[in-house]
Amino acid sequence: MIAAHLPALQVVVPLISAPLCLLLRRPGAAWTVALAVSWFALAVALSLLIEVSIGGPVSYPIGDWAAPWGIEYRVDQVGALVLVIVTAIGAVVMPFAGASVAHEIASDRAYLFYTMYLLCLTGLLGIAITGDVFNLFVFLEISSLSSYVLISMGQDRRALTAAYNYLVMGTVGATFYVIGVGMMYMMTGTLNMADLATRLPAVADTRTILMALAFLTVGLSLKLALFPLHTWLPNAYTYAPSVVTAFLAATATKVAVYAFIRVYFTVFGEVDLFEIAPMVPILMVLALAGMFVGSAVAIFQNNLKRMLAYSSIAQIGYMVLGLSFASVTGLAGGIIHLFNHALMKSALFLALGCVVLRLGTVHIDGLRGLGRRMPLTMAAFVVGGLSLIGVPLTVGFISKWYLVQAALEKGWWPIAGLIVLSSLLAVIYVWRVVEIAYFRPAPEGSAAVEEAPIFMLAPTWIMAGASIYFGIDATATLEVARGAAEFLIKGAP
Amino acid sequence: MVAIGLTLVRLRDLFSVAMLFGIFSLLAAALYVVQDAVDVAFTEAAVGAGISTVLILATLALTTSEEKAPPGRALGALAVVLVTGAALIYGTLDMPAYGDPAAPIHQHVVPRYIERSAAEIGVPNIVTSVLASYRGYDTLGEVTVIFTAAAGVLALLGRRRGRVGIVDSLQVRQDARKDGEVPRSVLAPKPILRVVSKLLMPLILLFALYVQFHGDFGPGGGFQAGVIFGSAFILYALIFGAHNARQVIPAAVRRAGLGAGLLLYALVGVAGLLMGGRYLNYAVLADEPTHGQHLGIMLIEFGVGTTVAAAMIIIFFVFSGQDR
Amino acid sequence: MDVLGLFNYWIVIVLMMIGFYIVISHGNLVKKVVGLNVFQVSVFVFFISMSKVRGGTAPILEEGIEVYSNPLPHVLILTAIVVGVATTALALGLVVRIRDAYGTIEADEIIEPEEDGA
Repeated sequence: MIAAHLPALQVVVPLISAPLCLLLRRPGAAWTVALAVSWFALAVALSLLIEVSIGGPVSYPIGDWAAPWGIEYRVDQVGALVLVIVTAIGAVVMPFAGASVAHEIASDRAYLFYTMYLLCLTGLLGIAITGDVFNLFVFLEISSLSSYVLISMGQDRRALTAAYNYLVMGTVGATFYVIGVGMMYMMTGTLNMADLATRLPAVADTRTILMALAFLTVGLSLKLALFPLHTWLPNAYTYAPSVVTAFLAATATKVAVYAFIRVYFTVFGEVDLFEIAPMVPILMVLALAGMFVGSAVAIFQNNLKRMLAYSSIAQIGYMVLGLSFASVTGLAGGIIHLFNHALMKSALFLALGCVVLRLGTVHIDGLRGLGRRMPLTMAAFVVGGLSLIGVPLTVGFISKWYLVQAALEKGWWPIAGLIVLSSLLAVIYVWRVVEIAYFRPAPEGSAAVEEAPIFMLAPTWIMAGASIYFGIDATATLEVARGAAEFLIKGAP
Repeated sequence: MVAIGLTLVRLRDLFSVAMLFGIFSLLAAALYVVQDAVDVAFTEAAVGAGISTVLILATLALTTSEEKAPPGRALGALAVVLVTGAALIYGTLDMPAYGDPAAPIHQHVVPRYIERSAAEIGVPNIVTSVLASYRGYDTLGEVTVIFTAAAGVLALLGRRRGRVGIVDSLQVRQDARKDGEVPRSVLAPKPILRVVSKLLMPLILLFALYVQFHGDFGPGGGFQAGVIFGSAFILYALIFGAHNARQVIPAAVRRAGLGAGLLLYALVGVAGLLMGGRYLNYAVLADEPTHGQHLGIMLIEFGVGTTVAAAMIIIFFVFSGQDR
Repeated sequence: MDVLGLFNYWIVIVLMMIGFYIVISHGNLVKKVVGLNVFQVSVFVFFISMSKVRGGTAPILEEGIEVYSNPLPHVLILTAIVVGVATTALALGLVVRIRDAYGTIEADEIIEPEEDGA
């Protein structure tokens, strides 16, 4: 009986646990709830992924009102994969959070931290699972509001301005999205994604729908930090508490990319986008620009969290580039990079969380000689860094391989070249850290630093290990990604 | 409205900006009534003209009320705005004309709500049927958003000790004059205010309850009721002092209300699930589907009301610098 | 094309753009929030406008009435208003904290050197 209700439970259990956390008030108890819920959610997501891979998409009409009258939950392979990514990151980050939160956030507010984390989880899962464009907005706002609060909990006062800027840009983005939804609704009379997909082709060549697509694109691009709408991201990631950065960097932008995929390939799935809109080439250009600008700026950053934040902007560029090919290989490359990037970025940010715990800084000069003093942490960092570059045997290689292939399939040699070239930029910024950490002596008279505690190291290494494991044996992930891409494109070459 | 909007751009005195925004919001509400959206108008008047304006004023009381030098980036911003506006106007060119009954939105999906909601749900107010049942899940999300905001404000401002909020700044002035007296609001000595507010209080609370349970038939429902209920307490706090108001509803109760309302809503959904329906199916809650729908809608509206009232009171107290 | 039929939407768009302009051009943090609100309220008006049916009444079932305005946008906007006020509350909370930390609510005055070992 439970099995039939998994899609609802996936979202509702975190939702119910959030007020519970608020009522509990004790940090330890709140943490236990959050941990248990995260693991439960991962179990649900995995079983959904298996169910969907075998039996095809699952639909769950909420309140038993059939779509398009009611709100429908719809899980297909892409959705299930994103659910697994989000919950897996949550499940791995939570054990880490115990120590890190105690270190960075006052204990009488820690319960609010966990409440917010659970709300954020609820929102992200809700976006990934819903089949209704307006419901997506509601859950988008749940996740956004809670992430503003989470970011503002950073120790530095600049966390406040970062959160404020994110709030303003995020709200503008969401409002743009709502305008887009309104225009689509106006022309079709429905809000259900599947229903929209069948009704849109009839009105696809109207100016209203063209503008609807434009507003949806701009709104979601703000959320996913596509260059040049990325300006909120670096500060938000830099000044947020370490756990929050690791969680959001690995999930929030990914879910926004997912929403993007939904709009382009499900809602507008029946419409030939190349014909009605100049959007696709524009996206490609922006994605390429993001890849280069993000990486280039990252090279000059001395704050490592900020460096990784800029690198995220570049990585988002790769994902959007994959989508903009609008081919099965390209889309699969984008989707697999979604998964892979979540692994490596969370490993990197978790490693930095360990560094913050022991050193209290992530400035590059503070890391001198750290390779010997915190060998395990820095080794994890290096693994993540290699993956960012795309060295063979890491997950980064798999995604870039796919993207290059997609470019070659279309015969776009220059783009394939650009992908490789931008990877070289990543070599530079990763090498800077490696050089400082391993080839410079520790500063004279510095206090002895011990390795981070095991329950922080273990999550870091799970992520680092996963980014090697899925780099060597990518058959499972590739199968899901290809399946998802084929499902979305439906028979196109 | 356009005139007010343009004035808003120019005005630098932020108090006037706040008041003008309130008027702007009321005008919008009036516009909604003209366009038949009574429920929305009710909410907009309560929220936009009420809560938002009060919150903006409270923020100004805690910060500064004068905007500094005119912005320098005006030209670039103007360009962005013009492009966006032009895009929107371009988009409207293919839209169905205003009020056209043949427009797609009136042809698809909605007819079922209008024709069958009476039989399927048994509630005359279609907006309530759609809000609470057909699209009840959106409303659950909406309550979650409120919950998030209140908990978020607690997290942001909950620990600002030793700071004076608006309500208490009124009291402090009073303290300066007469030492040793119990802190009271400057409004407190005015006997007429006290008597009138004592008379009004039960009426407001009664009205809140009416709105809460009448939402099935006329405009209204849990959200609006929660707002009115919350306002009653804010009025009480303004006149009798925040200290007394806090004793009426202690912090633990406020927090419990905030969580409990959301929990009630979510658990009604789970109950539907346990009794053999899908999540948030109220029809299975009672023997007859429409009874079940009634019961479910009443319960969730009550949950909405509780959370909203608690959230309002919490946000107000936090902004007035006193809650933890 | 019926220009009169679209006039209503154009006014709404002008309002939206005024709000949007306040958001991006003003440095005062409170004013930005007001701008966001104006922007959002105008979008709400846009939705409500599309729900109107000529000759229709408020969507509360009553005997003898045949034409109702479209209730669905009303529902959506109820939700959106609530989301909007929640956002406003949070934004203002942040503004108060920023004022505590920096002593100002002007965006131009709180720009700090970006490079340091935070």
